[in-house]
Amino acid sequence: MSLSNKFMTLKYSLKTAFNGLRANKSRSALTILGIVIGITAIMMVMSLGQGAQDLILGQIQGIGAKTIGIAPGRQPKGMMDALATFTDSLKQKDLELLSSKANVPHAAKIMPVVFGSEKAVFENNATRPTIFGVNDMFSELYDVYPDQGRSMTEEEVRSYADVVVIGSKIKEDLFGNQEAVNQKIKIKNRNFRVIGVLEKKGAGSLVNFDNVAVIPYTTAQQYIFGIKYFNRLAVEADSEANVAKTVEDIKITLRNSHNIDDPEKDDFFVETQADAIKTVGTITSVLTLFLAAVAAISLIVGGVGIMNIMLVSVTERTREIGLRKALGATSKNIMLQFLLESVGLTATGGVIGISLGVGLSILVALVINKFAGLSWGYNFPVSAALLGLGVSGLIGLVFGIYPARQAAKKSPMEALRYE
Amino acid sequence: MIEKPSQINQPIIAVKNLEKTFYDGTQTTALCGVSFNIKEGEFVAIMGPSGSGKSTLLHILGFLDHATGGEYLFEGRSQSDLTDEELAHVRNKKMGFVFQNFNLLARTSVLENVKLPLLYSGIKEREWDGMAREVIKTVGLEHRMDHEPAQLSGGEKQRVAIARALINNPKVIFADEPTGNLDSKSGKAIMEVIQTLNEKMGHTIILITHETYTAEHAERILFVRDGKIESDRRVDNRLAANEFIK
Repeated sequence: MSLSNKFMTLKYSLKTAFNGLRANKSRSALTILGIVIGITAIMMVMSLGQGAQDLILGQIQGIGAKTIGIAPGRQPKGMMDALATFTDSLKQKDLELLSSKANVPHAAKIMPVVFGSEKAVFENNATRPTIFGVNDMFSELYDVYPDQGRSMTEEEVRSYADVVVIGSKIKEDLFGNQEAVNQKIKIKNRNFRVIGVLEKKGAGSLVNFDNVAVIPYTTAQQYIFGIKYFNRLAVEADSEANVAKTVEDIKITLRNSHNIDDPEKDDFFVETQADAIKTVGTITSVLTLFLAAVAAISLIVGGVGIMNIMLVSVTERTREIGLRKALGATSKNIMLQFLLESVGLTATGGVIGISLGVGLSILVALVINKFAGLSWGYNFPVSAALLGLGVSGLIGLVFGIYPARQAAKKSPMEALRYE
Repeated sequence: MIEKPSQINQPIIAVKNLEKTFYDGTQTTALCGVSFNIKEGEFVAIMGPSGSGKSTLLHILGFLDHATGGEYLFEGRSQSDLTDEELAHVRNKKMGFVFQNFNLLARTSVLENVKLPLLYSGIKEREWDGMAREVIKTVGLEHRMDHEPAQLSGGEKQRVAIARALINNPKVIFADEPTGNLDSKSGKAIMEVIQTLNEKMGHTIILITHETYTAEHAERILFVRDGKIESDRRVDNRLAANEFIK
């Protein structure tokens, strides 16, 4: 048979297959429901996963590519490491050593961070902000600035001053519409003077800057948390090109300071923005994949439904199969017809599922943006759409082969006699 | 008008000691040692009571089933030498089938039903419509082209089936009780069409029937009983459904 004839046979078989499906509209529709639901779920998971990932990565990028984070403990590689992160290995001595140009020549800015949750009170209003003990680099490093009042000064940090810059939500909770700057609030029963209110950032940040109270780290260590160590150190390299070198310098400096010979035994870890992006990317991808895999189970269930209905169809149309064979159809022709029918079913389900998934994802993105105040971008996951279409077609093929073989195997004479 | 081919050709169908036994739990012998030849252009009726094996014989002759013994040559080629694909090809190109219960596809127009064998023929699609319209005209149904089987009478349905059998201009037409589901008037009309196909268009016809009246439209009657040929005779006073045939 020539190629054009083969194509024609395929075209006609497709037509035949769709006629077969059209003849049983409601049955076909119910049959593909499982596939529709499965593909819809996968599309939504992939699209929303991508949206979440973009959002988080956007936040990390906001920190700046030159920023390097140092945390105590080990690079978390598992659950136990993550718990062991909360140690006290970063001390004032480390800060001083890292600040020395001799040790880390390309560190442009360096900021210690201590944080924790404490009650804050103004008159009869109370709230529970995240206390950020930092230095005067805070706004520049985190790209969040006061829109009322001012930031803390280096002098205030050095002198253990009782000053606070509060987030917009804390301002609202404590002061409502009143002026907050120059008022006194109580944090852990100590009076702090409000010197600034941070611009509103929305809930989408890695750190919710609307819900913070920013104070000098010196004050925070001494009077609020009563600790001698830092929870984090943030270092900004003088240029992006020097980030890698600065990371090495920091590691060497800290190992010397902590008397560590074996890098495996580091009691701190250094993370760049690139590392953070990679980590977050990995975590969200794995999560997305896991959820998609769960959704994929419904596809298998749907596939079994397809196989079941195709077997019914083959039995119902036994006489038709016999007739076609009598008129010259080969077993291959019959097999192709039924395979196309099942693939047609699942691919239709796939297209409907993709459309539904896209529609619902857009809806969810709109709802999130409207009610959570996030800038959640909608993503059309092209790869997921192609995957969905491919997978649904494949399911049609896999679960269609058995019924199609049953059809092709029928002897024309027996099929014609079938009542 | 096509001349009837000369009768000295080698037989188109040659059957020797044909046997067919069914094994489904019990062993049933449907044919035991059947031998005959059919020449191209012949009109043969295979007669016999129900259960005599005549349908089994037709299924084997039409390549719809395999014999379990003996030999069957179609145009000099043994059925057992052909692959399933080759058998399908022969069914498509050289054989036409007309069934008692019509076997038309429901919810499919007359035109599309008649085109069905072309789907497997390798003929270019642009020629299909013309070919189908031509044969539908031959059976006198040009005014029913776009009707569906449910809208047709029994006689009309059988004409559609005949048109479908004719579309690839086969050498042999197998008709299995073609008048069995029809009233006598429609049945007569169908026999007229079948006779015309034989007489005027030169198709070899093999007709299965249990009615003597229908069988006597043929030139020759093979009488089958208990899986054997009981008699093989020429019809002396052929019934002519059509005045051309005397």
